Amino acid sequence: MTIEFGNPDRPNSYIGKTVPRPNAGRLVQGRGRYVDDIVLPRMVHVAFVRSPFAHARITGIDAGEAKSVKGVLRVFTGKDIAEVCTPWVAVLAHLKGLKSPPEYPIAVDRACWVGEPVAAVVATSRAAAEDGSALIDVDYDPLPVVTDMMSALDADTPVLHEDMGDNLAFRRLHEAGDVEAAFKSAHKVVSTRFRTARHTGVTLEPRSILADWNPAEGQLTAYHATQAPHMIQTVLAEHLGVPEGRVRVICGDVGGSYGIKVHVYPDEVATAAIAKIMARPVKFVADRLESFTTDIHARDHEIEARIAVEEDGSITAMDVDDWTAIGAYSVYPRTSAIEGNQVVNLCGGPYDFKNYRAQTTVVFQNKTPTCQYRAVGHPIAVAITEGLVDQAAAELGMDPVEIRRRNMFRDDAYPVTSPANMRFEALSHHASMNKLMDLMDYDGLRAEQAELRKSGIHRGIGIASFIELTNPSPFMYGIGGARISAQDGCTVRMDPDGSLVALSGVTEQGQGTEAMLSQIVAEGVGVSPDKVRVITGDTQVTPYGGGTWASRGAGIGGEAALQSARALRESILTVAAAMLQTEQSRLDIRDGQVVDTATGESRMPLEEIGRIVYFRGDTLPKGLPRELVQTRHFITSDYPFAFTNGVQASYLEVDIETGVVKLLKHWCVEDCGRIINPQLVDEQIRGGIVQGVGGALFEEIHYDGDGQLLNGSMADYLVPMAAEMPDMVVGHVETPTKESLLGAKGAGEAGTAGAPAAVMNAINDALRPRGAQITEMPFTPERILRALGVLKD
Amino acid sequence: MSEAFRDRIDITLTVNGEPVEARVASGQHLTDFLRLELGLTGAHASCEHGVCGACTVEVDGAPIRGCLMLAPQADGAEVWTVEGLTDTAAIQDLQEAFVAKNALQCGFCTPGMLVAAKDLLSRGGIPSRQEIREHMSGNYCRCTGYEAIVDAVETVAQARAGRGAA
Ligand code: FES
Ligand code: FES
Repeated sequence: MTIEFGNPDRPNSYIGKTVPRPNAGRLVQGRGRYVDDIVLPRMVHVAFVRSPFAHARITGIDAGEAKSVKGVLRVFTGKDIAEVCTPWVAVLAHLKGLKSPPEYPIAVDRACWVGEPVAAVVATSRAAAEDGSALIDVDYDPLPVVTDMMSALDADTPVLHEDMGDNLAFRRLHEAGDVEAAFKSAHKVVSTRFRTARHTGVTLEPRSILADWNPAEGQLTAYHATQAPHMIQTVLAEHLGVPEGRVRVICGDVGGSYGIKVHVYPDEVATAAIAKIMARPVKFVADRLESFTTDIHARDHEIEARIAVEEDGSITAMDVDDWTAIGAYSVYPRTSAIEGNQVVNLCGGPYDFKNYRAQTTVVFQNKTPTCQYRAVGHPIAVAITEGLVDQAAAELGMDPVEIRRRNMFRDDAYPVTSPANMRFEALSHHASMNKLMDLMDYDGLRAEQAELRKSGIHRGIGIASFIELTNPSPFMYGIGGARISAQDGCTVRMDPDGSLVALSGVTEQGQGTEAMLSQIVAEGVGVSPDKVRVITGDTQVTPYGGGTWASRGAGIGGEAALQSARALRESILTVAAAMLQTEQSRLDIRDGQVVDTATGESRMPLEEIGRIVYFRGDTLPKGLPRELVQTRHFITSDYPFAFTNGVQASYLEVDIETGVVKLLKHWCVEDCGRIINPQLVDEQIRGGIVQGVGGALFEEIHYDGDGQLLNGSMADYLVPMAAEMPDMVVGHVETPTKESLLGAKGAGEAGTAGAPAAVMNAINDALRPRGAQITEMPFTPERILRALGVLKD
Repeated sequence: MSEAFRDRIDITLTVNGEPVEARVASGQHLTDFLRLELGLTGAHASCEHGVCGACTVEVDGAPIRGCLMLAPQADGAEVWTVEGLTDTAAIQDLQEAFVAKNALQCGFCTPGMLVAAKDLLSRGGIPSRQEIREHMSGNYCRCTGYEAIVDAVETVAQARAGRGAA
């Protein structure tokens, strides 16, 4: 059941409008408060000694010299930390067979990737801690290294974790229909090998934590740049042996996250453990090299895939063999099998076909662990699917838009279940495609492309339809045993001056969570958004919740806010009706005033209700409920996930002499259900597109055969800069989910999900007349010139 | 780090219009000096490698990467950070445009972006969108995708030139 928010003339119509973000003014004035900005009395700093080897036994640690550095207070080894902190094992019961060995905050006797913490040096300044860590003498006994993904399971490849038996972390095969028969009888079969490179998120604010143990109170307080404060609370409590109620995680301003800051990192847990041992505040802020070697990596996949089509373009089958290597450990507590699992779940997503087989094989290697990063698995699945569909269209001599239209689920077909067993409540592939065609003037662009080709200019148009998984239920993590909340809550309170405070379990990292919540609460109660103060990111203050990940902030946190706001509205009106001696149903709240519903005439400002309830409660009838604080929680239950959909297009030019790609324009039409703040949604899409484009054109972590990371600086790992990016046109179709009053689904990952495929298809569209094709990301000038046959060897 | 590096040096400079005298570690960069010694946390340390621009502040009228300048090199200089530029309303129109266009998400890149944009706008005229993009390419933003930043800078350039609306 969803409320209609369509009429723009309705009272308090803030949902659906662009209103300013309450926290933006602070941030443009340099008044943000990120973890590194916080200074506490007696605070010390920790720096980590990190393994220079991809795999080595630690045979001795000599801290003598380090301790003589002025300012250095203590040195900790893995054994020291293990005495106060238990190791973790990152598996989930519903990912059958997933295995991973116990992982310690600081390696105890064996380091398994370059960058793994081996010792910690605590000093009065970060500079002294770094000086000290440079003087720690660690004896290593190098061990055989596993770096290659595709040979990780070969009999002659060393086994990374002996206790695990082999290097296989997880494997899942999904099969629907009769795939072999469909391929046998197909009119055409197209098969291709795809590769997506190892990425990392490059948040401008590095990972940061300031942990403070107060033994007098028995409380651990962690100021933490995280997306999931309650999850971190649970983890710190469990592994440090502190009651959960005595761990407080405070998450102020966070300088970018994109999934990087939703995981448990060994050095951050070690920092909390050290705070507990030293009984004083300890700060850890990663430097940029540490970010590259220890922030989670993602997207390192190699895929062999094929598609079967009929003469009319109908897809009859898809077969996907996906491999990914996740580094040395599965990452706690979300695990590193989710990305491959998502590839299995999402391939072929927009299309109505029957025969589907997909397998993911997840292996260990001596590299930085990989885990969930913005749009988890989507960019891979969309590249596979849309790459195959485009190639099939080219083989059939069919327009890429036409082949998609023939295969996408009809807009009136819902609810449907996909061959991957994903359940779709309501999607709008055709409406979205139609809107895209209008926005980009597809036919006009095709004509321009053909015209320019005559003069040797190679432009390409690439289309990519996609689905995006949002609003996850406990089916994502909870059923596997992880204490990660799929539910979220909001408390809304009216204070004596009639202003509101909303406390929410979802968090803000710049997406505009607080603006979105303030609009919802404003509309739900009946005040203007500037009367609402939103508080997020404090586990001792807000309702328990999951935080912000998998595009759940608006859909889950927003719904909890709407329900609590509407409940508060009712309680305010109960008091107002008693004061005005009228029926509650005749009263409404508009713009901070209790009004007569029929006439709109003002009866009383909210301040007056505040004054009476808080200071003159004696004048109200005895026993009258006067609860001006309301809390509601929300969890989805009809569908495991609220899928959204959309379609992107890229227009670009390939210089066939140099291999350089120039992006000319980019479009995205997406359907995230109810839009709460159009500007914020558009900016999520744009930011997401650029992160996707980064993966398509620039981003790739390089390792050598010894497991050494080769490009650990911003100068060497390229991310998009302003000059290289195109302007982006964003359009929407709105199909609200019926699971909630609000009807919102997520929008944070759609841009990243579809952009790489759109760019890939556009490049291949440009190259096709030259008989070239590339499917290995990133599409560097070198790879393009190789595809063109200009570069050989 | 050598012993010589740990030496301390006396410096005198102006920061945000206020005189500052300090004894600094010779190896401390300007960003750490502003953040740790003066409590000016607007400039951020991100790559400390001169690449990302998050640390950009104004030194003697020019945008400078605080992570590439040692505090002792700022002896005698006039330094402005986002805090001072805010107090003097020197970039108020830019800040308002950044908010209006949502040209910031997490805000970590924003103080540096503002200083870089101020520099471009101080040259007068209305730069093209591509010129804005080129000029801002020393400042990374991982959140916005840049378009809103270009919009904000363009809007201010037009307004300052007396054409278009702010
Ligand atoms: S921190 Fe100075 S340029 Fe990145
Ligand atoms: S707003 Fe987050 S990096 Fe620019």
